[in-house]
Amino acid sequence: MTRVFDASRELVFDAFTKPEIVKRWLLGPEGWSLAVCDIDLRVGGAFRYVWRNGADGQELVVSGVYTEITRPERVAHTEKFDDPAYPGESLETWTFDERDGLTTFTMTLLYDSVEACNIARESGMEQGTAACYDRLAALLA
Amino acid sequence: MKLGSYGTNVPERLNATFMALADPTRRAILARLAESELSVTELAAPFAMSQPAISKHLKVLELAGLVSRRQDAQRRPCRIEAAPLAEVTGWLESYRRLWEGHFQRLDAVLDELKIDATGPKHTKRRRE
Repeated sequence: MTRVFDASRELVFDAFTKPEIVKRWLLGPEGWSLAVCDIDLRVGGAFRYVWRNGADGQELVVSGVYTEITRPERVAHTEKFDDPAYPGESLETWTFDERDGLTTFTMTLLYDSVEACNIARESGMEQGTAACYDRLAALLA
Repeated sequence: MKLGSYGTNVPERLNATFMALADPTRRAILARLAESELSVTELAAPFAMSQPAISKHLKVLELAGLVSRRQDAQRRPCRIEAAPLAEVTGWLESYRRLWEGHFQRLDAVLDELKIDATGPKHTKRRRE
């Protein structure tokens, strides 16, 4: 997924990594808010986002650990939904490229698709370990 | 996830659909079935692959609900089923809309941050 912002990459980087700024825009779907936004921005540090539905109190929790931080160009972190319907972990990478005052943000998701791999194996398809990982980056573009 | 039936909940069905689509031969099969119903023999003809190999691919597509087969006298033609593809498209579209909403709010936040960074003098000038 790619999006261009009319701001320096330092500013865009901060907007993605400083909780007080993230809370102003990453609100979730209509009627939800980002109730908790904990960010420990260092390699090995954890983050935890909790979105809450104002109407019924339902919560969606996403957490992970930072694996790479290069301010203001690049962040990588693991990501896991606290929801049995979405098992497994993904690796998410953000890059921030600035040109002529515009910053291009790119988000890449690498899904650890163990279930898909099991299905492939059970159905007799020999596709090797490569089938365990589906690159879905382009899907959200 | 158990094999043998089209998954009953959305995440399971999406898993099955993406897994089925993650293969060029299966995507080529779907592309041909999008034009017309075909038998396994007809499907296998243009591929450098045996009929049993094509049948295996068809099985995966059938389990994902992307292909169905009906009895027609001696033939069992394969036909494409659009529902799982529509579900995948809807899933992607909901995320696209959600993220575009987020990013439009972020545009506004960044504008405010830029004004803050340039100081109140600049803000005053803009207001005049």
